[in-house]
Amino acid sequence: MQRRLHVGMFEREGDLMRAARECRERSLPIVDAYSPYPLHGIDPLIGIARSRLTLVCFLGGLAGLTIALFFQYWTSALDWPTNVGGKPYDSLPAFLPIAFEMTVLLAGLATAFALLARSRLWPGKRAPKELRGTTDNRYALVVAEESAELAPREMHDMFTRHGAVEAWEELE
Amino acid sequence: MTIEAPVLLPADEAAPPPRPALIQGDKSPADVTRDICKPIERRAGALWWAGFLTALAALAFGIWSVTYQFMTGIGTWGLNRTVGWGFAITNFVFWVGIGHAGTLISAVLLLFRQKWRTSINRSAEAMTIFAVICAGLFPLIHMGRPWLAYWVFPYPNFRGPLWVNWRSALLWDVFAIGTYFTISLVFWYIGLIPDLATVRDRASGLRKKIFGFLSFGWDGSARTWSRYEMACMLLAALATPLVVSVHSVVSTDFATSVVPGWHTTVLPPYFVIGAVFSGFGMVLTLMLIARKVMGLEDYITRRHIHAMCKVLVFTGSIVGLAYTTELFVAWYSGSAYERFAFNNRMFGAAGWAYWIMVACNVVAPQLLWLRRVRNSLVAIFAISIVVNIGMWFERFVIIVTSLQRDYLPSTWAGYAPSLVECGEMVGSFGLFFTLFLLFCRFFPMISMFEIKTVLEPTEGHGADSEGEA
Repeated sequence: MQRRLHVGMFEREGDLMRAARECRERSLPIVDAYSPYPLHGIDPLIGIARSRLTLVCFLGGLAGLTIALFFQYWTSALDWPTNVGGKPYDSLPAFLPIAFEMTVLLAGLATAFALLARSRLWPGKRAPKELRGTTDNRYALVVAEESAELAPREMHDMFTRHGAVEAWEELE
Repeated sequence: MTIEAPVLLPADEAAPPPRPALIQGDKSPADVTRDICKPIERRAGALWWAGFLTALAALAFGIWSVTYQFMTGIGTWGLNRTVGWGFAITNFVFWVGIGHAGTLISAVLLLFRQKWRTSINRSAEAMTIFAVICAGLFPLIHMGRPWLAYWVFPYPNFRGPLWVNWRSALLWDVFAIGTYFTISLVFWYIGLIPDLATVRDRASGLRKKIFGFLSFGWDGSARTWSRYEMACMLLAALATPLVVSVHSVVSTDFATSVVPGWHTTVLPPYFVIGAVFSGFGMVLTLMLIARKVMGLEDYITRRHIHAMCKVLVFTGSIVGLAYTTELFVAWYSGSAYERFAFNNRMFGAAGWAYWIMVACNVVAPQLLWLRRVRNSLVAIFAISIVVNIGMWFERFVIIVTSLQRDYLPSTWAGYAPSLVECGEMVGSFGLFFTLFLLFCRFFPMISMFEIKTVLEPTEGHGADSEGEA
């Protein structure tokens, strides 16, 4: 189903935030906001849930720790036990530095890849929306129209009232 | 019991004096984009070319030295059976240490919400990556048969399989440096993506294509930003223990041995604080050059430089404390070998290196207590160079003086570096500065999106059109 999207382009962060707040009060679904830097306080207005990257990070770390400890034990004590300076085959304290490094490594890589995968970012991907200036000094608010009663004119006026420099509609 | 009412000071006395703005010149976000993209969008200036060609010449000397050493053998170095580690390992420890300030600035200061880091974190992280590359090359060329370097990794092989020795501090190094490099690179690149998109959107033609490829299709959506900030926080939290762990692991290369002067428990914290100290010295050197050459005085302000000076005084003092502790413990241990090792370190054949180290690392940074010195960029620049020299000597002193005189007097020997070793050291500086200058030339060297969040809200931006904050 095609949706009609209303886009308001602002030159000030505060203008976008006020427009977003009004959309929230009037229960207009905000699709997204585009800005040159993270806008603090916009998440609840759009309804963005807290990211679960922390969980991914924890699981990555846990995997790193488990793999490192098990692998060091397996190679030193099971697969090919070698007497190194009379130390025990299972030299757990000596395995800890590498276990720690592997924990950090896999936790970090898992977090980074989860971020890229979840946000659908990959090398060479084309930027999906041509919202000029949102990586420089402009802020765009995209609102979806779900019912016919929201007239384009009215949206345009609302955006302009909050200081939008441009406002237009497009089909998704 | 009565409680006295607190004495209320008049408002203007109680309030601290306002701090100068982080970014000077009342910039708007558009100004930030323009100013920081300017050096990479115009042709390189004469100063940049001069620096780049000098660095390239140094790198060429290094490449010649490494090639000659590979063709001939490790005998081209001045090492002998007693002093088995010399310039190469000194350079390795030195360069790993340099990297630490980058991680400290980008990770620890992010967690502590130190906003002044935003002007220098990008280039400090780049410095980390390049320094770790330089560091990693030294153990590699030290191997004698560097084409077998992959033997350090545990991979299934037909020699048993014979696995690596997990109890060896040298193997811990492989993992510590490998993790450090990877996490630093990922953190740096993730931090670059939004700014690469900014450059992409200003560019045209081939440049737009390249930056379009590199910026991963970034569009600055609020959903992405939300996750992005979370990911940066997590990566910072992961990089923070790396600041402590990497140089601790490097110090175990020495501390787990029985050589007097190496075999000491103070070595891990000693190495870590020395690393942060030397790294800040290098950040100061680079930033003072970069703000001048790239014309970024409004972004890397005196306030930033003062903040770095304070870190330098603080860490320099702890380094001094570490030297004193080391001497005290050598005496207090009652061990004749320990006492001899430190006596030899201070007054032996290479005693001059010890005093250079003390003068550069302990005495020189204390000058920064003086306001006159702190206000002179020339003096700060000189001190930052002196600190780098001093920290290089620290590693040289630890490595060479300890090895020169071990338990068996009949094996005592001297050490003098050969031309090849000097060439490799010069080459590592060449590599470092070549990479850093290329970075300054082709990537936004200041994090634009982070700077935009610390601009003071004024008429032009931040505040909305009705003037409400």
